[in-house]
Amino acid sequence: MIERIPDLVNADENLVRRGRHLSTTFMLGVGDQGYLVKIIEGRIVSITPGPFVTPNYSFALRAPKDEWEMFWEKIPKPGHNDIFALFKRGKLTIEGDLHPFMANLLYIKDVLAAPRKEANR
Amino acid sequence: MSAQFEPITGRYLNMTLLGRPHRLYIEEAGRGIPLLCLHTAGSDGRQYRGLLNDSRITDNYRVIVFDMPWHGKSSPPEGYQNEEYRLTSRDYVQMILEIADALELDKPVVMGCSIGGRIVLYLAHQHAKRFRAIIGLETAAHVAPYYDVNWLHRGDVHGGEVSAGVVSGLVAPTAPDKERWETLWHYLMSGPGVFKGDLYFYKVDGDIRDKIDQIDGRSTPLYLLTGEYDYSCTSEGTLDVAERTGAEATIMKGLGHFPMSEDPPKFISYLLPVLEKIRGASS
Repeated sequence: MIERIPDLVNADENLVRRGRHLSTTFMLGVGDQGYLVKIIEGRIVSITPGPFVTPNYSFALRAPKDEWEMFWEKIPKPGHNDIFALFKRGKLTIEGDLHPFMANLLYIKDVLAAPRKEANR
Repeated sequence: MSAQFEPITGRYLNMTLLGRPHRLYIEEAGRGIPLLCLHTAGSDGRQYRGLLNDSRITDNYRVIVFDMPWHGKSSPPEGYQNEEYRLTSRDYVQMILEIADALELDKPVVMGCSIGGRIVLYLAHQHAKRFRAIIGLETAAHVAPYYDVNWLHRGDVHGGEVSAGVVSGLVAPTAPDKERWETLWHYLMSGPGVFKGDLYFYKVDGDIRDKIDQIDGRSTPLYLLTGEYDYSCTSEGTLDVAERTGAEATIMKGLGHFPMSEDPPKFISYLLPVLEKIRGASS
């Protein structure tokens, strides 16, 4: 799932254009596993799985694995369709420097939802 | 595609509102029972384009939609540059009553969504007798903040883009792309600080939990329609209001927080039976 995000995002020129002013690295937490997602001008250049010694990132989004799996379903069920839906149910934490996150919210949401494009159900 | 006008009339109304001169943009279509529609926070009356264009509704209802001051094609009042816009329950109620009076509406049905779905509870509580029926879309008595609204209005974040980003997940994933992005466009182009100002009512001033039990949802019929994908005004929040007021509530499948705008045909299939009931009771 997660390892497919770079190809899915980078192949979508409209999505890359929407994120063209964003260059940052953020932490994606899937259960106990962390991934550093590095973005340069709207392209995902790497996703690096932990463990990390001294991870350096702007903001972090963390949720249990089963929550991300439901989030990545082709048509997610109510309560699972958006990161704020997860947040409101207390399943997602958002922390760090939120400026790049909020200033590029539509882009970040579509990056996170990219695995839905290849979901079987 | 041949050029074709929609059967909607849009006009500007100059009137005194809340003690100040205002220039309001109002659209309407149809004839019959007045149906006064209230848009969501940070958006405008275009959300009701599907209803205004559906003859199954406009054959029996005069559908009227106004852009609130600061929204859509309604201007902010003179001097806006020297004040911070903040919507309060008192002003919002007064605005609706004054506009209904200015338009000389006889026992209208009022229907509002989100902040509009909240304010209709105030109308049901304080002014129920003025209305034939009250319809709340995405109604809850209170919504706890789930993000810092200060992000919505600051110089280093595009206000329209962040507003659209905040609400995008409230559209059901099954909504047609065309209507989803039309709905988001209204947010993308909203005025600076307007969405934030509306949310002052939605999340702070407009907490009506302590008055819900005093609302009689039967003498002036109260109908509540909520999309299953709405995580802002949740189904649970709506059902709680229904249980405590006697309102008739329906949870709408495959719809989110903007039912009339994100998927008009699907929403209208839920709305028509309600409008039929209201019409049946009126005849």
